[in-house]
Amino acid sequence: MEISAYKGVFVFVEQRKGNVQNVSLELIGKARDLAEALNEKVYAILLGANVSDKANQLIAHGADVVLCVDAPELADYLTEPYSQAVCHIVNEYKPSILMLGATTIGRDLGPRLSARLQTGLTADCTKLEISEEKELLMTRPAFGGNLMATIVCKEHRPQMSTVRPGVMRSLVADPSRKGEIINVTVPFNKDKFRVKLLSSVKEKSEMVDISEAKILISCGRGMGNAECLSIVNGLAETLNAQVSASRAVVDAGLVSHDRQVGQTGKTVRPDLYLAVGISGAIQHLAGMEESDYIVAINKDKHAPIFQVADLGIVGDAKLVLKQLTERMKK
Amino acid sequence: MDFSLSKTENLFLQMIRDFTENEVKPLAAEVDEQERFPIETVEKMAKLGIMGIPIPVEYGGAGGNNVLYSMAVEELSAGCATTGVIVSAHTSLCAAPILEYGTPEQKAKYLPKLASGEWLGAFGLTEPNAGTDASSQQTIATVDGDNYILNGSKIFITNAEHAHVYIILAMTDKSLGVKGISAFIVEKDFPGFSVGKKEKKMGIRGSATCELIMENCVVPKANILGKLNGGFGIAMKTLDGGRIGIAAQALGIAQGAINETVKYVKERKQFGKPISAFQNTQFQLADLQTRIVASRLLVHQAAYKKDQGVPYSVEAAMAKLYAAETAMEVTSKAIQFHGGYGYTREYPVERMFRDAKITEIYEGTSEVQRMVISGALLK
Amino acid sequence: MNIVVCIKQVPDTTEIKINPTTGTLIREGVPSIINPDDKAGLELALRLKDQFNAHVTVITMGPTQAEDVLREAYAMGVDRAILLTDRKFAGADTLATSHALAGALRKLDFDLLITGRQAIDGDTAQVGPQIAEHLDLPQVSYLQHLEFDGKKTFTIKRKIEDGYEMLQVDGPCVVTVLSGAYKPRYMNVRGVVESYSREVEIWGFAQIEVDESKLGLVGSPTRVHKAFSRGVKAAGELYEVDANEAAGIIISKLKEKFII
Repeated sequence: MEISAYKGVFVFVEQRKGNVQNVSLELIGKARDLAEALNEKVYAILLGANVSDKANQLIAHGADVVLCVDAPELADYLTEPYSQAVCHIVNEYKPSILMLGATTIGRDLGPRLSARLQTGLTADCTKLEISEEKELLMTRPAFGGNLMATIVCKEHRPQMSTVRPGVMRSLVADPSRKGEIINVTVPFNKDKFRVKLLSSVKEKSEMVDISEAKILISCGRGMGNAECLSIVNGLAETLNAQVSASRAVVDAGLVSHDRQVGQTGKTVRPDLYLAVGISGAIQHLAGMEESDYIVAINKDKHAPIFQVADLGIVGDAKLVLKQLTERMKK
Repeated sequence: MDFSLSKTENLFLQMIRDFTENEVKPLAAEVDEQERFPIETVEKMAKLGIMGIPIPVEYGGAGGNNVLYSMAVEELSAGCATTGVIVSAHTSLCAAPILEYGTPEQKAKYLPKLASGEWLGAFGLTEPNAGTDASSQQTIATVDGDNYILNGSKIFITNAEHAHVYIILAMTDKSLGVKGISAFIVEKDFPGFSVGKKEKKMGIRGSATCELIMENCVVPKANILGKLNGGFGIAMKTLDGGRIGIAAQALGIAQGAINETVKYVKERKQFGKPISAFQNTQFQLADLQTRIVASRLLVHQAAYKKDQGVPYSVEAAMAKLYAAETAMEVTSKAIQFHGGYGYTREYPVERMFRDAKITEIYEGTSEVQRMVISGALLK
Repeated sequence: MNIVVCIKQVPDTTEIKINPTTGTLIREGVPSIINPDDKAGLELALRLKDQFNAHVTVITMGPTQAEDVLREAYAMGVDRAILLTDRKFAGADTLATSHALAGALRKLDFDLLITGRQAIDGDTAQVGPQIAEHLDLPQVSYLQHLEFDGKKTFTIKRKIEDGYEMLQVDGPCVVTVLSGAYKPRYMNVRGVVESYSREVEIWGFAQIEVDESKLGLVGSPTRVHKAFSRGVKAAGELYEVDANEAAGIIISKLKEKFII
């Protein structure tokens, strides 16, 4: 493989029903950093049916070139047509780096592409940087987040990685930015289209397993009444969070048992654990202390919950949540 | 001599612990509080073959042995002693004697249903006036054509309310005393058979302990188990096996209580440090755990000997005696470690203490075990 | 109907603790388990066995002690177990792993190949789709539910971020299953008792026809450049302020941490 023949930082742009997903804009933002460090260009791969009008949005967010495949075969995401389209582009344009969002689309497409292109893929990167040797350093958590590993892909191109939504920052759109839009035609091999999409259904995400939730708002005895719970539910909706509870609140019948955190409930490890009115009995702490970021609101400044909290607020949880909800809605 | 567990035994422990943790332990407090027979757990255990562990595959059992069976009762009891005794009484006191003494027809008829857990089994020996002195049986069986007619009552019968089949001891020839006792396989639908009042107990409160009433109960002659007038021997041998189950139950209660205590003493802080940091705690826990492991060795020894087909009555008696007294000691100390919390139902050691007591009483009191052991020693 | 399930032995990452002073992983005493997504896949296979009398084969790639997960699979009810193990496979990244597994799978006849979505020790979600590509089979990842028509067509519910998709595909195909999709059954006593008397087939490099350059460390395009722990948690900050100010502090912190 002639490594030096591969140039450019490519981003697979994810669109759903014609809407460009934030994660793709975030990746374009990161791609700008990487491209500048390499002195190369940022390419956005835009696939879909009737999506060409989105190209300018990608340029405004930092793409230098948009490679657009507008084809009816790409109307909905399906592994095979998308793989064919991206592979075609990679073979034509030979990117140095190819990034995808670590979504149900990117994590379906990425490995299929890596196998077809016979190159490496690093999943769920939290940090991407260029080394002195001009290689991509891809850092990701392993062992359930207990360990971080930096991965390199030295002898294969493109260097592929997926990144979770929200990890990178998108640039503020600049409508005056100039870029090139290239329409690409892909010769599809339709014999390989073997999966048929019957329907696509949007669901409200209510019955999520709390142990898989990204954000948990957890209420304790101090919030254990109907009024407080409705405030909690309101904030949860605003933050797209799940509601959990300590044993006292579950025992009082206010929250179902499958949402109990702690030794006799579930162990959770969300990105954010917002403990409201929870004093933090050891049995409760055992179930949540591994959370990435813990915010606790409690009246008692000696409450044990503050020993594990990254951010502690001594005060009336009800009032703080009301304020928080109002400001978050804005 | 090899004290290590086999790969099969380790895999079995993984299975039974997984089941106990997820299906048994979460119900324990409720089963106790509401004095509720955990029928759903029995159904789940039936599906997994836990109701027929030592029964051969040809009779629909799991083809395991008594060592695995004792491990199952121990682990289940560590989560919920009620669940442990349900399995123990069913297996040791009903399925086992049919396997041991049953005719080919009786085995074919009853074992597949018992081993699969479709039917639950029980055992009736104790009477209001015949406890430790089992020879004073007042239940009478008289011949009537092709049937025996049973009259009398049994008390403190584990599983009674939910069982489908019972091993019942009755006098077939009063003049012969203990040599005039016979064992019968009685189905709950036999005419004249009924289940009487349910006991309100201190512990193992979900195990549905009831009285059995036989009023002109019609039992076909084909349902006599073993030889006519051979019932007392069958009952005693059956209890030998049962003692392995009860010893395992006591062991499980003790280990369960220690596990709770270890968790607690590491968390509970007094005078600025966890109470596990006090030497008093450390030394007492060391003594208790040593007793538990000694009990386990006795249980495994008795079960192993039974599997090998060599005499094990004394070993079973020692296992039960020691494990039961260990369970009492451990659960009592466990409460002490928990302090005031241990005296409340917030923590499971309170229940475990109440559950432990029965293991010194049923299937032969500790005094009976001492009689068996000293009898062998002094003979 | 023939089903093959790929399973992986993984350390139970929920049991991994961090040494609070050094910030390093404490791996001792951490139990090894069947990867949860894979176990849900195994349950799916066993349900198809119950319903359609499917023949279920499990295969795992790993060191010799990975045999344990195959014994557990036997105790849950599978029909055949293969351990793919060879020093030549050591150090493999996902691509090299998928080449080895695909090599073994080419020797097996199946209508449905099931893998877990991802393994809890790596969380990559790559091996399933990579195998599918090597075998030139269609894939459906993030499977939440599967219906089989009894002939050759599978209707699959694929979970996505804000809902689900219903997809249809004919076998043979590859699906990757979510751990929440099917609650795995317990082992059963008879299965446990018989497990160790059953045969676990040991396959190595000699049994698969894959170019050595695609396997193990040599065949891995990615390398670990360095690994490090996240370090010890710093003491938190505590504020005693009015509700309005408190809300402001929380919002700015959450923004700083990219949580909102």
